[in-house]
Amino acid sequence: MAMKFSKKNFTDRTKENISDDFMRQAVASAQERLHGRRLDAAEELGSWEEWRSHGEEIRQHVLENLDFYLHQLSENVAERGGHVFFAKTAEEASDYVRDVIKKKDGKKVVKSKSMVTEEINLNAVLEEAGCEVIETDLGEYILQVDDHDPPSHIVAPALHKNREQIREVFEKKLDYHKTSKPEELALHAREKLRQEFLDADIGITGCNFAIAETGSISLVTNEGNARLVSALPKTQITVMGMERVVPSFEEFEVLVSLLTRSAVGQKLTSYVTALTGTRDEGDVDGPEEFHLVIVDNGRSEILGTEFQSVLQCIRCAACVNVCPVYRHIGGHSYGSIYSGPIGAVLSPLLGGYDDFKELPFASTLCGACTDACPVKIPLHELLHTHRRIIVEEEGRSPISERLAMKAFGIGAASNPLYSMGSKVASTAMKPLTKNDRISKGPGPLKDWTDLREFPAVGNTRFRDWFYDQKGGK
Amino acid sequence: MKVSLFITCLVDMFYADAGKDMVEVLERQGCELSFPKGQVCCGQPAYNSGYVENSKSAMKNMIKTFENAEYVVTPSGSCATMFKLYPDVFKDDLNWLPRAQELADKTYEFTQFLVNVLQVENVGAKLTGKATYHPSCHMTRLLGASEEPKKLLNQVEGLEMIPLPNAHNCCGFGGTFSVKMGDISEQMVDEKVNSAIVTEADYLIGADCGCLMNIGGRAERVGKPIRVMHIAQVLNSNE
Ligand code: SF4
Repeated sequence: MAMKFSKKNFTDRTKENISDDFMRQAVASAQERLHGRRLDAAEELGSWEEWRSHGEEIRQHVLENLDFYLHQLSENVAERGGHVFFAKTAEEASDYVRDVIKKKDGKKVVKSKSMVTEEINLNAVLEEAGCEVIETDLGEYILQVDDHDPPSHIVAPALHKNREQIREVFEKKLDYHKTSKPEELALHAREKLRQEFLDADIGITGCNFAIAETGSISLVTNEGNARLVSALPKTQITVMGMERVVPSFEEFEVLVSLLTRSAVGQKLTSYVTALTGTRDEGDVDGPEEFHLVIVDNGRSEILGTEFQSVLQCIRCAACVNVCPVYRHIGGHSYGSIYSGPIGAVLSPLLGGYDDFKELPFASTLCGACTDACPVKIPLHELLHTHRRIIVEEEGRSPISERLAMKAFGIGAASNPLYSMGSKVASTAMKPLTKNDRISKGPGPLKDWTDLREFPAVGNTRFRDWFYDQKGGK
Repeated sequence: MKVSLFITCLVDMFYADAGKDMVEVLERQGCELSFPKGQVCCGQPAYNSGYVENSKSAMKNMIKTFENAEYVVTPSGSCATMFKLYPDVFKDDLNWLPRAQELADKTYEFTQFLVNVLQVENVGAKLTGKATYHPSCHMTRLLGASEEPKKLLNQVEGLEMIPLPNAHNCCGFGGTFSVKMGDISEQMVDEKVNSAIVTEADYLIGADCGCLMNIGGRAERVGKPIRVMHIAQVLNSNE
């Protein structure tokens, strides 16, 4: 799946998803569950704000010194017998992975969940090259089995499906005949997957953080599948976004604490794995060959711009889980594998305004995301920055809107003009007003009154009353 | 104490009663009020839509209008927030930056002013019934006025406050969002209205007329029985 997965326009996507009651129910209940858990986990840690600031500092420090840490990381990976490849583009990254697999004559690939491999469209490239690719994370597996349904959430990709829907998918595709109990569903998937792990010759993982000082990569999961992906196949390939590096285990610990609490409201996930290099003599498992693919794909262009802070992201999805817009439109409406507030900021940066210019406007700028973000990315401000660039620098807004805003600039700066305007409005709206409200507005008001009553302009404006009662000034 | 009112366009044109109530509450607390005449709009509609340049003239007008004020008090969390953002808008304009900063520093949202500056929580209001409070997003998150309204409402005689389910979720107003993204806004406001209805409250109280216009307008349209009130109206009630 590439980053953009839908050809429909934003309005159509949204309409379609809003009418999907199952999805909305699933999203709302997940949001409510995670909201409470996250707050509890933050409180349990204590001094949450200090932790956030610390997390922010670490991420900012890394971004300011990214070249240094990436260099250190790659030296240390090489020292432990690994290969490092810097991919400028998505194509370079997926081509490299394909070529490694070809050289190894690999046929069967097991993968653990990784958003960046979605971003670089890896599965399609590998499948085209004749490989069988199996997603082993339960959520990704469900989507893959369901004819490559796109992910709707960066942590829980199948969040939009309820148990019953998953049961149906399994029944149709996996010869499943039991109930929709999560345990039974998971067991079935596990049985199917176990053999795949044993047969696979290549394992591909993402990477939550790479540790520069030791050349390690880390995986933070609850299912344990990532461990099998990295332990069984002879060749392991890890793909990471270039910003995913931390200086040492000390900073790693802080970020993992923030990540697990923010993502799922847990102190720690069931598995936190750090892998360093290839199998040593005497080791019973681990890969014989290890490749680390570091993906740029537009990230270095964000460095040094007013959007740099978006690269602080640790992909916890706390912003998604509190977003009131995501709540109603779900992840698929965004048309990008990165959905929710982080997606609305990141997708236009990585994928361009042509495809994603609506996303920054699909927000009330309520700031819930900014509040939730464990590394203090000012998400709603970045959405606003996108808006400014889209309308002012790119001139992509409708001409009628631009004229209206120009008029606003003049009218809202001048009291005489405003006074005249508000009086005219009062007179003009009189005939439309019934029982102190307007139900069918003209022109631009119509979009409002299609959904809601509009208040009548008062007979006396506040300012007239005030002058009248208290005298001018 | 001398207070200059920044009344906001919505209150000026549509909710003058809320403005009058604010005046009476403040006067009872001994404030001497003025209404600087030049005020129009804080620039928010254009600013939030991305038209920063077009919004600057409105902002400059406000800075000039309130230049001599001691305190600026407004019945809107989001308009107060806009004033607080002025220094950021003019951060590269050495001429306007200090003036913007001065305005930001002396601006207070109505409930913040009562609780933090005047240090009153009980303004002697009486209102019988059950109420629920919607914490507007800009007011709560960006301005940080989350406790002040609650403190004031808890002191209103006869008023039983009931928590609003999922109160933290935005009502779907968002200025131009409410019309540009009507499909989404509709879902958000419907959920807000329904959450208010399940509390069985008589009143839904808020401190931002944009949100109230949205929630109230939708409740009326779909025929849901709840009365929407600005917090100034509650604090000036005596029934
Ligand atoms: S932007 Fe912040 S809250 Fe959202 S996914 Fe990234 S780190 Fe988490």
